[in-house]
Amino acid sequence: MNPRRKKRLLVIVAILFGLGSSIGLVLYALQENINLFYTPSELIDGKGPNKEKPFIGQKLRIGGMVVPGSVDRNEKSLEVSFKLIDTGPLVTVKYQGILPDLFREGQGIVAQGVLIEPNVIEAFEVLAKHDEEYMPAEVAEAVKGIKHEKPKYNLDSGN
Amino acid sequence: MWKWLHPYAKAERAYQLCNTFLPYFAVVTVVSMLVGWVWGLGFAPADYQQKDSYRIIFIHVPSAILSMGAYSSMAIAAIVALVWQLRNAELAVIAIAPVGACMTAIALITGAAWGKPMWGAWWVWDARLTSELILLFLYLGVISLYHAFEDKKAAGRAASILAIVGVINLPIIHFSVEWWNTLHQGASITKFNTNAVDPSMFWPLMVNILAFAAFVGTVTLIRLKNEILQREKHRPWVRQLLNRG
Repeated sequence: MNPRRKKRLLVIVAILFGLGSSIGLVLYALQENINLFYTPSELIDGKGPNKEKPFIGQKLRIGGMVVPGSVDRNEKSLEVSFKLIDTGPLVTVKYQGILPDLFREGQGIVAQGVLIEPNVIEAFEVLAKHDEEYMPAEVAEAVKGIKHEKPKYNLDSGN
Repeated sequence: MWKWLHPYAKAERAYQLCNTFLPYFAVVTVVSMLVGWVWGLGFAPADYQQKDSYRIIFIHVPSAILSMGAYSSMAIAAIVALVWQLRNAELAVIAIAPVGACMTAIALITGAAWGKPMWGAWWVWDARLTSELILLFLYLGVISLYHAFEDKKAAGRAASILAIVGVINLPIIHFSVEWWNTLHQGASITKFNTNAVDPSMFWPLMVNILAFAAFVGTVTLIRLKNEILQREKHRPWVRQLLNRG
């Protein structure tokens, strides 16, 4: 390669390396802030090396799996409360509004809201998170033992 | 290899090469897009939890992959343009940029349309979505930088530099779902050993990715031909070509 081209190539490599490392450092420094949500254990035990816990009244997002059997729907209104789990502690989420179609017990969700007690969040937005697996219903039933059922509402409990 | 590649540094030979490749790319695009869309949208089974809504994957995933694929091709052309100072490479950069920008826009729009019914939100400032949006801005930056200069030589150089600098964003997009907690789910098909996508959905998806790749190739070749003609419009071979046509 002739020297001029070599020099230009080196300059490009140097720019990329410099920029790459500086952006890498920026992202590393911001790491905790880029995370979209807290997990329940991060919320209870604190996150990062300093075990920082969010304060009461802080606006935050929480993401975890809806604990089966914990969904409690108010029969007169849209109020609903449920518990989230990841690996250890439980966090309760209270929400008033329409839940996304994919919201189910055992489903991963992300809720945005205000921390009102150390382990209770008053959410104003609930988003469903789905995994990267796609398969037909028969395969899901055979492989995972999942049978898709519509969530049950106690529609006739008022009678 | 250099001896073999060298003639294509000449605009006329590059133009002829585009003409040779164009029909193949066009045929592959038409055939695989028809097969892929009919198979994916019509015949692939519905997903166990997302039902038929998941079918947008057959457009969303190919366009997202190609938005990054087109960017890497553009960056490679930009490196060639800067280091070897081949004018054709500069033209390739500006030929690919709008095609890649369209792919990025398609990925973002289909993603929003998918996010609303499944997640419950059109848009979330999550790491994957945000970095893909930055990719769109990078494309738009390359395009507008190129058109901001009167002197096309300076324009090509400036656009190439931006294209190379933006490469940093590609690994960030790809790994965003692993490095951070995101609402967007993890990678399905780039982890080859796992069976995250059932074969009955995986193969139509592959056909669609091929279709989008061939489509990007076709449109880029057409655009590159135009760019070459425009840049060389005072040359005798172009005049001859135009008079003949």
